[in-house]
Amino acid sequence: MSTTIDDEVTSGTPKKPTKRQRQAAGIAEAASGGVKMLLVKVLMLGIVDAIAVYAIFILITSDQWLVAGIVGVVTAIVNWIYFSRTKLPAKYLTPGVIFLVIFQVFVLVYTGYIAFTNYGTGHNGSKEQAVSSLMSSALERVPDSPTYEVTVVDQFGELGLLVTDPDGEASVGTTDSPLTEVDAEMEGGKAVAVDGWTTLSFADVIARTDEITELAVPFSDDPNEGAIRTPDGSSGYLYLSNLEYDAAAGTMTDLSTGTVYSDLGTGAFTSDDGEQLLPGWQIVVGFDNFVRAVTDERLAGPLLYVTLWTFAFALISVASTFFLGLFLAIVFNDLRMRGRKYYRVLMILPYAVPSFLSALVWAGMMNESFGFINQVLLGGASVPWLTDPVVAKISVLVVNLWLGFPYMFLVCTGALQSIPEELQEAATVDGARPWAVFRLIKLPLLLVSVAPLLIASFAFNFNNFNVIYMLTDGGPRDSNAPIPVGFTDILISMVYKVAFTGQSRDYGLASAYSIIIFIVVAVISVIAFRRTKSLEELN
Amino acid sequence: MATKEHRSWVEAPVVEAEILAAGLDAEAARKSRPPGPLPKRPFNFGRWFAATGWRHVVGVVMVAFSLFPIIFVISSSLNPRGTLTGSNALFAKIGLDSYVRILTDPQVPFTTWFGNTLLISGITAVATVFLGALAAYSFSRMRFTGRRFGLISIVVVQMFPQMLAVVAIFLLMSGIGDWFPAIGLNTHVGLIMVYLGGALGVNTYLMYGFFNTVPASIDEAAKIDGAGHARIFFTIILRLVAPILAVVALLSFIASVNEFLVASVLLIDTEQQTLAVGLTKLVSNPRYADWSAFSAGAVIAALPVVALFLFLQKYIVGGLTAGAVK
Repeated sequence: MSTTIDDEVTSGTPKKPTKRQRQAAGIAEAASGGVKMLLVKVLMLGIVDAIAVYAIFILITSDQWLVAGIVGVVTAIVNWIYFSRTKLPAKYLTPGVIFLVIFQVFVLVYTGYIAFTNYGTGHNGSKEQAVSSLMSSALERVPDSPTYEVTVVDQFGELGLLVTDPDGEASVGTTDSPLTEVDAEMEGGKAVAVDGWTTLSFADVIARTDEITELAVPFSDDPNEGAIRTPDGSSGYLYLSNLEYDAAAGTMTDLSTGTVYSDLGTGAFTSDDGEQLLPGWQIVVGFDNFVRAVTDERLAGPLLYVTLWTFAFALISVASTFFLGLFLAIVFNDLRMRGRKYYRVLMILPYAVPSFLSALVWAGMMNESFGFINQVLLGGASVPWLTDPVVAKISVLVVNLWLGFPYMFLVCTGALQSIPEELQEAATVDGARPWAVFRLIKLPLLLVSVAPLLIASFAFNFNNFNVIYMLTDGGPRDSNAPIPVGFTDILISMVYKVAFTGQSRDYGLASAYSIIIFIVVAVISVIAFRRTKSLEELN
Repeated sequence: MATKEHRSWVEAPVVEAEILAAGLDAEAARKSRPPGPLPKRPFNFGRWFAATGWRHVVGVVMVAFSLFPIIFVISSSLNPRGTLTGSNALFAKIGLDSYVRILTDPQVPFTTWFGNTLLISGITAVATVFLGALAAYSFSRMRFTGRRFGLISIVVVQMFPQMLAVVAIFLLMSGIGDWFPAIGLNTHVGLIMVYLGGALGVNTYLMYGFFNTVPASIDEAAKIDGAGHARIFFTIILRLVAPILAVVALLSFIASVNEFLVASVLLIDTEQQTLAVGLTKLVSNPRYADWSAFSAGAVIAALPVVALFLFLQKYIVGGLTAGAVK
């Protein structure tokens, strides 16, 4: 029965559906979706919309109009797509594309932006934040200032000071909100408690001493009027900042030395002789990070050897794993051999174990003084597997070979078995020796199918962060470099270290390095896609 | 001569070539055989070694190379109390103390890490499969403007791994965390969202290739019987492509179990971290670390992944090669 319908429909359909047919198809499509489907759809969209409305509300209350607008527009588009009768492909693509755009495309673009800023330790926020943080860090006690009786109070985990001034007036404030007068409960001329705040007991004061001595409650809205601090939690003193901020001229003046620091557009207040007051603030610095990376001698050296090593590491890793894998695939591709299955399972175990664990275990085994390799296999030798610049590179390559050869073994076995037997037979009949059969027939055919995987493997090893980080942590450390970089670091691990380890974080420089990797990978993929023509085969 | 034989291979059925080849083989064997009547060949070590024996030697060497770190870690995990030095004598002492230590040590929330890893990787795997399958279905079954562009973008974008943008991801998540602490820095939801940014990547392409092998006539038949596109997708296509879904889920699961860079930057509190982050910090100084406790943890962590991998080995190998070998 179905065949007749089928015939009618397929034979009667012209190349391009007419308007009536499209309408009919639309109606049929709509009719076929059950009520349950519709309910689920409405429910899901309702949840999405509710979350979006909540997000927009939060964003507007914190004055993020642009982000709120984007969220609103995206939500509207999503609703439009799912309520429309057409837009079928979009219905299937939208969820994945939203994540892709935010967490893959946007972050890459954002990395590009950060590479052109001085973002990092000392340049984290806006100029206003830098000013208030500088002022409070330069607070000094005013000599002979009156003593204020204080009580430490707490509101939702935030500490504040309840201050009784020498006239007996009580006021309360925190780091963020200046002192305001309150009606407090007095005890012997000292305010001890106030509504809405919890007074800290003596034991609490002792326990939170560090927090309390850090506390500086501004006297008023003007940062130049100083703040109250308490060294012991019971008596406070007026502290005035050593720095004076002149908002009109945009300068900071050190009152004790008289030095004037002005904003020269370098992202920090700078004196005439080049001294900077940190923290500064975030500005766009143009190509500074890139120029610094390639011209500053202490940075250019590490960048050069890290880049060369990254290429060497990726190339040697691909070559060594591929040739070992291919060799094993040939060796175990002989039907006469017994127990091939068992060898195969045991040999792919390194690939099955999560690679971060294997690398950590290897790091332990390669430990110079206590490791298994030196102590047991080499009978007490002290080969500096991970601590010598050259040996460490070899160790990294060996471990990566261990991690990677099973994959190439599996891939090569598959590719070898997919080459038709007839070709080999024909060649043998023509009098070709086994080596010639392999080199002239099997290898070229194998490379055709494996080449894209080799390129993918190169790209993977180019950014093989885990092996480097878990095994050597990039070490041994290069003590001449101002950034925490070592002799086995590859580009991606250098990015990580510059951005997230060491005394100062330099997001700008790290992002500039990321952009360099980005360009290298882009060039490689363009060449790869040209060569393999894999993009042209897409249809 | 050669031309003639070649022609015969092209024209005649394959069987003929096989017979020819077999004949040649037999001839060669007859020539190399020592003179004298030999009804049944005795075992000749040299010949056996030349044919398959050396392959066993290679096999044994490679198996030793593959297994010795694994044996070492199992041995040191069974060592009741031990530093790195104490673990060097293989299987000298056997006890489960290290397992008890790693599971109960209040300083090391191993079980929490384990749970976090399963949760994060599991949700990421399921969501990746879902998002990827949706996209692969539309690319495979629908023709629309921008389709080729979409396919190419997916191939191109996956060349640039997310970890290149780790600085931007960190700053973005800390920005999101300022407004929505529940999905920002130091949350599992945030990390999963970041991982899902990579959902439309190589996996989608893998699935796209597999979806193409399911005949479109099945869809058409269902459509004629009155099924809508959603019903066709969820109740017909998804079941037919189940093997590739399992492979992609497993690959994605293993990838997120192994992921260190982004996880270590985004998850700050010890209680929130994954196994990769926690265990790495635990042995950051192997000299002072409780090495056998780490080994026990490593064995526990690796077991489910290895078991899954070996169980689904056949499909994975197919999936790995399907992307390129077509």
